[in-house]
Amino acid sequence: MTSLRLCHKCFIVLSNTRTKQYQLIKICGKVLQNNPRSCQNSIATQSSRFNSTSTADSPNAHTTIDQDEHHKFTKLASHWWDEKGEFYALHSMNRLRIPLIRDAFVDASDKESKIFPLKDKLILDVGSGGGIIAEPLARLGATVTGIDMVEENVRIAQTHISQDPEISGHVNYIHGAVEDLPEEGKFDAVVASEVVEHVSDVDMFISSCCKLIKPGGYFFLTTLNKTYASYLLAVLGAEHLLRIVPPGTHDWNKFIPPEDLQLSLEQNGMTVRLLHGMCYNPVINRWSWISNTDINYAMYAVKSTQSIHSHDTIEQTDY
Amino acid sequence: MSCKLVRKSFCCLKQARHCNISYNVFRTLQTNTDANKDTVDIVISGGGMVGTTLACALGKEGLLHGKKIVLLESASEKKFDLPSEYSNRTCALSPATVKLLSGLGVWDEILQMRCQPVKRMQVWDSCSDSMITFNNDDLNDNLAYIVENDVILEAVKRSFPKSHNLNIKYNTSAKSYIIPGITPGHDGLDQNSWVTVQLNDGSEIKTKLLIGADGMNSTVRKACEFHTLRSDYGQSGLVATLKLTGDTENNVAWQRFLPTGPVAMLPLSNTDSCLIWTTTTENAKHLKQLSEDSFIDAVNDAFWHDRDMNSLAISAGGILNGVLNNILPGGASYSRQLPPTVVGIADNSRAAFPLGLLHSSSYAGHRVALIGDAAHRIHPLAGQGVNLGFGDVACLRDLLVEAVKNGTDLGSLALLAEYETQRQRSVLPVVGVIDGLQRLYSNNFTPIVMLRSLGLQTVNSLHFLKNIIIKQAST
Repeated sequence: MTSLRLCHKCFIVLSNTRTKQYQLIKICGKVLQNNPRSCQNSIATQSSRFNSTSTADSPNAHTTIDQDEHHKFTKLASHWWDEKGEFYALHSMNRLRIPLIRDAFVDASDKESKIFPLKDKLILDVGSGGGIIAEPLARLGATVTGIDMVEENVRIAQTHISQDPEISGHVNYIHGAVEDLPEEGKFDAVVASEVVEHVSDVDMFISSCCKLIKPGGYFFLTTLNKTYASYLLAVLGAEHLLRIVPPGTHDWNKFIPPEDLQLSLEQNGMTVRLLHGMCYNPVINRWSWISNTDINYAMYAVKSTQSIHSHDTIEQTDY
Repeated sequence: MSCKLVRKSFCCLKQARHCNISYNVFRTLQTNTDANKDTVDIVISGGGMVGTTLACALGKEGLLHGKKIVLLESASEKKFDLPSEYSNRTCALSPATVKLLSGLGVWDEILQMRCQPVKRMQVWDSCSDSMITFNNDDLNDNLAYIVENDVILEAVKRSFPKSHNLNIKYNTSAKSYIIPGITPGHDGLDQNSWVTVQLNDGSEIKTKLLIGADGMNSTVRKACEFHTLRSDYGQSGLVATLKLTGDTENNVAWQRFLPTGPVAMLPLSNTDSCLIWTTTTENAKHLKQLSEDSFIDAVNDAFWHDRDMNSLAISAGGILNGVLNNILPGGASYSRQLPPTVVGIADNSRAAFPLGLLHSSSYAGHRVALIGDAAHRIHPLAGQGVNLGFGDVACLRDLLVEAVKNGTDLGSLALLAEYETQRQRSVLPVVGVIDGLQRLYSNNFTPIVMLRSLGLQTVNSLHFLKNIIIKQAST
């Protein structure tokens, strides 16, 4: 049941979803957040927030960004590029997700020979963090926009890419929320890797991302399934037992089953092309494709050229 | 610079106005302001056979065409003319190395100069009658090729790609390295910072990946502070170019294990062979100073004398031979060939160098990889040293090409760790076996002599085992 209530100051309707958390809703074309106090501040921060010298410590009042997640990642920001550090499993995941993105654009025959298979492609990396995905994509020729809710991440990503003149001109990092991006239908692809499980309203997040994709463009997602297995392995196992990722990185309640994600994508005019499970071996620090999607999975969808919803069957190739 | 910034900010503003929303846009700042600092993708420190081959291999990869590669070579660029006399420094190239070099076009260049195939190998013990022979069944496939080091290096240089992404800096060597996380005062692991190479001419190069191909005394390895295992055998290798009797077919590699170390004669042509004599450092010094005639006698004596024969081991070998003849179909028949007689040596071809085992416990670190002797140096008794180095080249090249395909940073630790894992898996067993053999044979204690003779004899009669060994040695 969804209950509605009003914020006294702003007279804006706020919704309370099934997760008992106040969520964001869209009114009059503007996105506003649940928390009445944030609403109060929103007018005041709006002007300062978009200042280029912004030091605003109350970020992103009107987004799907989750405050707790924001604090969590601010603390971790300095570790993004330490390949032995907190994010090493994420670095290693590039071995699967970069080829996934690359191969969606390139014919199988050219795959081996093209130096810049993603030349002239505009790609949006949502939740870009330190730029772990943005940099490889830029090396493959793409022009990448990275957007992240954590200002510190953007700073780290920016400093890191500045040491590589080969790609530093091809990546632009933005501090903000995907909801605020106005470039509808601009991107050849949107990538949201390991992001969906951190946002507060998945449906809205998906719809915001889908709007930005060109007709015929792609939406790549990797995330965690909401199963008992994922709780045992990804939360208890990886965070508490093996400490592959810092404890508290994931909130199981926010994990999402692939069917829900697919539904949400289809409601936004996307057709899911591929769904694969991903399996991590912590001993050799390597990811591999599997057919089981109970824990980690990757999905990609293509935006219909017309605005008709099609229901193609999902391809599930065995690797 | 500032112009660029202003222009960029203007663009951002325009875009923001257009969208009626502004962003906290972080501009791309080029930090590369130091004009004296070159930024490149790969620096190979050391222009020996292995380093030069890696430069050639990377330069020939189409996918690496956009990458800047620098090879640092401390010697000056020399014009090479093939001398009539054979050099005393040679390598036995395995089929795997030949395959790598063929792919680069280097092998054709070597064939146009000179090399000698090895069709058969005979290894025997001076303390007993036991021996082992290797040859590929039909004598058509060669076990190895003996090539002079100079010829290999020249052939690689002749095969260098014409592409301008490969920059060979002659008369240049690295003076020091700044490796983030290791060099004091340079912590940059959080930012995965690049490595800086300071050159002898005062300039600096910033690189994504530094490859140490600078030999056994590698300065790159020292800068990385990798733990290094060393074992000094108290031995020296004495090399010389030998002249043989008659003009007969010379395609057998001979090796005899003496209690002081193995002595080997490798074919260079039908009239020349190359001597590699491992012996005590004092004896090597003595042999080097001998008159030419006495030295020739000493070499012939080393291959022929039977002073070290152990009667117990010989009789045990005879019994084993009888047993093997009864159980194995066709018997343990083997043909013992006699090594050629040495009649002369090339002028000034005698040289001695210290031998030992060196193994770096890491082959890779933060944006650094070691190849060839910088990572591992083994006893020359099986001629595997340089082949392991070429194996490093092939492995690193393949991984770098894979990295480019995936847009991976060429200095990524995951990539370099993969290199280390793959190579140590191939190198460590060889290091272990060679070190073990060296220790097993520099001994004349009767039980050990007996065991090794019987072992060698048994292996020699088991063809499938020998085929496995040949296969192992050629990959």
